[in-house]
Amino acid sequence: METLTSIWDGMPVVMQISLKITAIAVPIMLTVAYLTLAERKVIGYIQVRIGPNRVGPRGLLQPIADGLKLVMKEIIIPTRSNRFLFLLAPLLALAPSLAAWAVIPFDDGMILADIDAGLLYILALSSMGVYGIIIAGWASNSKYAFLGALRSAAQMVAYEIAMGFALVCVLMAAGSLNLGDVVRSQEGSLIHWFWLPLLPMFLVFFISGLAETNRAPFDVAEGESEIVAGFHVEYSGMTFALFFLAEYANMILVSALTVLMFMGGWLSPFQGTFLEDYFTWVPGIFWLLAKMAVFLFLFLWFRATFPRYRYDQIMRLGWKVFIPLTIFWILVEGVMILGHLPPWFD
Amino acid sequence: MNKLQHYVKSFILFELFRGLFLTGKYFFSRKFTVQYPEEKTPQSNRFRGMHALRRYANGEERCIACKLCEAVCPALAITIEAEPRADGTRRTTRYDIDLFKCVYCGFCEESCPVDAIVETRIYEYHFEKRGENIMTKDKLLAVGDKYEKQIAADRAKDARYR
Repeated sequence: METLTSIWDGMPVVMQISLKITAIAVPIMLTVAYLTLAERKVIGYIQVRIGPNRVGPRGLLQPIADGLKLVMKEIIIPTRSNRFLFLLAPLLALAPSLAAWAVIPFDDGMILADIDAGLLYILALSSMGVYGIIIAGWASNSKYAFLGALRSAAQMVAYEIAMGFALVCVLMAAGSLNLGDVVRSQEGSLIHWFWLPLLPMFLVFFISGLAETNRAPFDVAEGESEIVAGFHVEYSGMTFALFFLAEYANMILVSALTVLMFMGGWLSPFQGTFLEDYFTWVPGIFWLLAKMAVFLFLFLWFRATFPRYRYDQIMRLGWKVFIPLTIFWILVEGVMILGHLPPWFD
Repeated sequence: MNKLQHYVKSFILFELFRGLFLTGKYFFSRKFTVQYPEEKTPQSNRFRGMHALRRYANGEERCIACKLCEAVCPALAITIEAEPRADGTRRTTRYDIDLFKCVYCGFCEESCPVDAIVETRIYEYHFEKRGENIMTKDKLLAVGDKYEKQIAADRAKDARYR
């Protein structure tokens, strides 16, 4: 241990940071791979089938087989498409969903970049993701792809606002833009977490998160039954795989954010109860990952349950329900803060 | 009042939770999946699969080339040519079924006065070359010889309903 720390301290800072990034990015990629398997399994189970179980024991090697298949496939670039943008788009979709992890605290102090504007950074990056989709749809030179891009642009604009206002509520409650401080301000017990005082915002945030990641029931940008595969019809092989990675990395990111901002991040759910002392040995990162797993399961469960929203219904929900609701709740929360409402704001 | 009820219901996501509850229940229910090559679904004795031509117990082929099956076949999949044999009986010289045309309706079997052409339980077969889809008389008789026991048992089981 002693030698390890001395080696670590002896390393140049750039190398330390790259090692940290690797330690975050590699597990994310593995999670993405196995999230695809989990998705197929969960949806299979809900549809009363057993899902993939042929590749490896219980189908555990399925994601590797899928990945290999996609890598081996030819990348087809449509004629008269914009080659540069066509290849840039998948990268633009994936990069923000990975970069956002820089400010995610996995435990108290376990964070790559402990910046004070963490929440702002997240908001900025999550709106970057839409460029990947729009550019992909435009550069493909295909009607379906273009329709998908248009839909996703409108949808993202609508839900970005609701999501932003929900984040404003969190910011007001926590009094800080630093994600670590947001979690620390939820300290206390299960009912101190922000999900309860900000209950409507918690739902708005998670549902907007679903819409932002283009997941069912808000997957009109893909809409395989309406516009084939939407923005990524023309993509094949590795370029398609990048979009796939981006979508799942975004899912993981949104569940991480929901956990951090509303479900107490790395805090133990037994805090403040008689069970607290028995669970002090559990590292905080375990609680964070466990809570994230619950939300990821919700993503899959929703996909298996709800039919796709009609386009105008999505717009109605975004503009006429979520945005007024969030604005109203900012007001309510302001009153709660001014009135020093216990147990959150005393 | 109804409108208020509707608003409250939508805001507490009542219907959505009900939907989630339903799919959540199915998550734990017993799965219907049949793992095909290892497990197979049960088959009826009336199953209509690949065709066969049967023989009598003494080894004489049943078919007397009446061509009823050829006439009744809705897909025109059967081609029959016939000639009198040396002993004066009427037999087919050619009996072809094109499996690409066949719709497995079972009319040929229904129409046959001597129970010669039958449809067996065989359903796992494939063709690798052109022409393999034509079941010639030899092939049909071979199938019949191989599965006669099963074919006879299935007909006997169904006899009281005919």
